[in-house]
Amino acid sequence: MTLVLNRIDDRLIHGQVVVGWGQPLDVRFIVLVDDTVAASEWEQELYRMGVPPEMEVRFHPTADAAGHLDAYRTEARAGILLTGDIATMHRLVVEAGVRDVNVGGIHHRAGRVQHLRYVFLTPAEQAALREIAAQGAVVTAQDVPAARAVPLEELLASREGA
Amino acid sequence: MSSESGAPSRIALVAGHADFAAGLVSAVEAITGHGDRLVPIQVRGLCGDDIQALLRQKLSESGARVIFTDLQAGSCTMAARRVLHDVPGSLLVAGANLPMLLDFVLSPIADPVAAATTAAERGRAAVTVHGGKP
Repeated sequence: MTLVLNRIDDRLIHGQVVVGWGQPLDVRFIVLVDDTVAASEWEQELYRMGVPPEMEVRFHPTADAAGHLDAYRTEARAGILLTGDIATMHRLVVEAGVRDVNVGGIHHRAGRVQHLRYVFLTPAEQAALREIAAQGAVVTAQDVPAARAVPLEELLASREGA
Repeated sequence: MSSESGAPSRIALVAGHADFAAGLVSAVEAITGHGDRLVPIQVRGLCGDDIQALLRQKLSESGARVIFTDLQAGSCTMAARRVLHDVPGSLLVAGANLPMLLDFVLSPIADPVAAATTAAERGRAAVTVHGGKP
């Protein structure tokens, strides 16, 4: 097995990740790349308590994550790579060769436009997703496995709540 | 179970995925008539920071010190843990179910944290399995 999902989700570890994806994919570890969480033992404990005992969570700051991904890719168990924002995943695409990106949840914030029920983007974030695709990664939006994977161009063209 | 203002004194927030909270609170209201002792929180479309802000607002408005959530790994639970970290004497119960909330609203215990602690045990014990054998 390897990293079976490379996900952008501003809620980080939550029900869709642990249960929605984690159970059907038999995920045994999550690689959480987030500078704030990596710097806080309390935050790390919070996320560890949110996963079942058989699931491990490993934390990395953005700066050192790329150097660890090859090792995670050779793990016998299935894992999820998780970032809380597009910029962090963009860096991993460039520095560590991530080749498929799941936009799982980017929620409402001032300046963002709603594209899907669970995806809101600023113009800069739209451009960043296009840049990820230009690096050769396949970008789709899909909150849970049972949902349809929405291709990037369809995602960017979509408008909900207008 | 009312304060001098007439409002119920033992209040809790209920938060979870989709319409989980509204569904449970409506069931509590239908069974007991005390749905007003629970404040349903719906977080669809909100980021983690906004969920925390909403919980803080509802805690402040209601005076609640107890939050019931649906799933241990859920975003409401994560947000509630962060929010209640700064509230001394508060309680978070993850994995809430209907028997638990019924016990909470009907509890003779005035203190909401003590009532919720007892209700959590009752809710856990209320899960039963029947049949399954050929």
